[in-house]
Amino acid sequence: MTTLSQNGSLLAGSLRRRRLPKALPPLLGVAALGVSAAGILGTGAGGWVLTVVVAAVLFVLATLIVSGAVEGGRRARDRVATIAVYGAFILALIPLGSVVATLLAKGTGRIDAEFFYHSMNNITALDSGGGAYHAIIGTLQQVGIAAVLAIPLGLAAAVYIVEYGRGRLTTVIRFFVDVMTGIPSIVAGLFVLAFWVLIVTPVFNHGRPGYSGFAAALALTVLMLPTIVRSAEEMLRLVPQALREGSYALGVPKWKTIMRVVLPTAAPGIVTGVMLSIARAAGETAPVLLVAGGTPAINFNPFSGNQESLSYFVYEQAGAASQFAPGRAWTAALTLIAIVAILTIAAKLLARRSTIGR
Amino acid sequence: MNMAKRVEAVDVTAYYGSFKAIDSITMTIEPKSVTALIGPSGCGKSTFLRSINRMHEVTPGAKVQGKLMIDAEDIYDPRVDVTAVRRAIGMVFQRPNPFPTMSIYDNVVAGLRLNGVRKKSTLDDAAESSLRAAHLWGEVSDRLKRPGGGLSGGQQQRLCIARAIAVEPQVLLMDEPCSALDPISTLAIEDLIGELKDRYTVVIVTHNMQQAARVSDRTAFFSIESTGDPGRLVEFDDTTKIFQNPGEKKTEDYITGRFG
Repeated sequence: MTTLSQNGSLLAGSLRRRRLPKALPPLLGVAALGVSAAGILGTGAGGWVLTVVVAAVLFVLATLIVSGAVEGGRRARDRVATIAVYGAFILALIPLGSVVATLLAKGTGRIDAEFFYHSMNNITALDSGGGAYHAIIGTLQQVGIAAVLAIPLGLAAAVYIVEYGRGRLTTVIRFFVDVMTGIPSIVAGLFVLAFWVLIVTPVFNHGRPGYSGFAAALALTVLMLPTIVRSAEEMLRLVPQALREGSYALGVPKWKTIMRVVLPTAAPGIVTGVMLSIARAAGETAPVLLVAGGTPAINFNPFSGNQESLSYFVYEQAGAASQFAPGRAWTAALTLIAIVAILTIAAKLLARRSTIGR
Repeated sequence: MNMAKRVEAVDVTAYYGSFKAIDSITMTIEPKSVTALIGPSGCGKSTFLRSINRMHEVTPGAKVQGKLMIDAEDIYDPRVDVTAVRRAIGMVFQRPNPFPTMSIYDNVVAGLRLNGVRKKSTLDDAAESSLRAAHLWGEVSDRLKRPGGGLSGGQQQRLCIARAIAVEPQVLLMDEPCSALDPISTLAIEDLIGELKDRYTVVIVTHNMQQAARVSDRTAFFSIESTGDPGRLVEFDDTTKIFQNPGEKKTEDYITGRFG
């Protein structure tokens, strides 16, 4: 009761409490940063990372003390929890922001006509110039083919699991889809290398193994399938049973109900899952390295001959001992991110159009 | 316009897995009338309603035994196409369920379009006449291209009624169509039911006995002995008789509020 009477609130019959002025918490933060900077940077005891960490600790302590004295313990703990949540959010954003900033800083150097219209044919790592045209073609073709294969298969599997599956077979399928989610990309690449490149293609290729962009697309398909199946499955389960029954009650057959009512309702979520899988596939290097082989030249035919991809191009250029190679690697990485971002935005817009504007 | 049809249930027994939900229901529902199914929760009235258009079997493990005749044709005959049955026997659900990806117009003509009708003039005519019949035309005629989910609950339910009658069914089943609605929307739908019986055989499940008394010509009272027992038809008679002079003690207890 003493604390209450000190605050004068409940005994006085008022619901008001003493609060810190709005400007005070930010001022405390600035002060903590100032003290920390003076103590650490000023004395040369450490760098800016230590300064920020110490400032954060000081800020939390100061808030606890000041807020605790003025507003009471509960409010002080609330403030500290708020600081912790915002702090965690900022920490999580740092790597993301750092990647984007680095890419923009280092990747814009080679954004020129030559980079987007020329391959690395007859250009060694030590030469300036050269481009990623062949790699862009390769990535678009391989990911495109993989998407054409994986999306219908994945959606069909998800529809089977949710709409038709009963009992054992469904359990088995779901189990193997879960297992496939964990397959490392190198294993998918080795599988296609062993099965497709070394066993199937020699039959049509005079006994020689056929490395190709299509083989890489097959490996990417293996990687994309589980993501598509699981995300589409979750989205289909979210479609209310009442919508299916409403459609059945109109005499609409089951397959048409699925095509025209269930899938459109789940479309925005399914598109998100599909785009995640495409983004993952576009970034894979190992399968391309194993079964498409890589090439410095332009190859428009994904079904014959070695093909490059952007991620593999980044890997090659980043590893080359040359002052010009890193610039090519950074710009290729930026290009890859840009392609994935553009595809994602386009897909989201398309999915929003397929439902109707609210 | 299709003719309303007579519904005859003969020894209809329905199961969920091994659980028997209703036990040998036998009753005849006359064309161009409103029949109300009343009774306590779990008495099987919704199950019986859903077995009239073969919606019961949509639930995994559910099955129906017995005969259900629509003008002397057994809809549980193995040669019968279930989609044709559901086209002939429309249904309105407890909660309004317009298709969220479709506009108001697309919702109304969904049954026609998804069954292969493509001609624009046919669809336009069906949309307008169904919306007028559902007393919704005046409220939505200027925004037919807007999503159906943007309407109020009562409007959505009338949209679902318009959608159900757009395929010109012969029987219209309503599963507590007003239980999620406010009194004004409920009144609108009750008025609508009174008009629909000129053209359709209407069967309505309701928990609201005043509603049953207001809208129906005949009333069927379902009940169960205790939890876990199958639901049975206790009494089926003219609504005035059920509410004023019931033949069974149990019916009287229920409608006077002493039970259930």
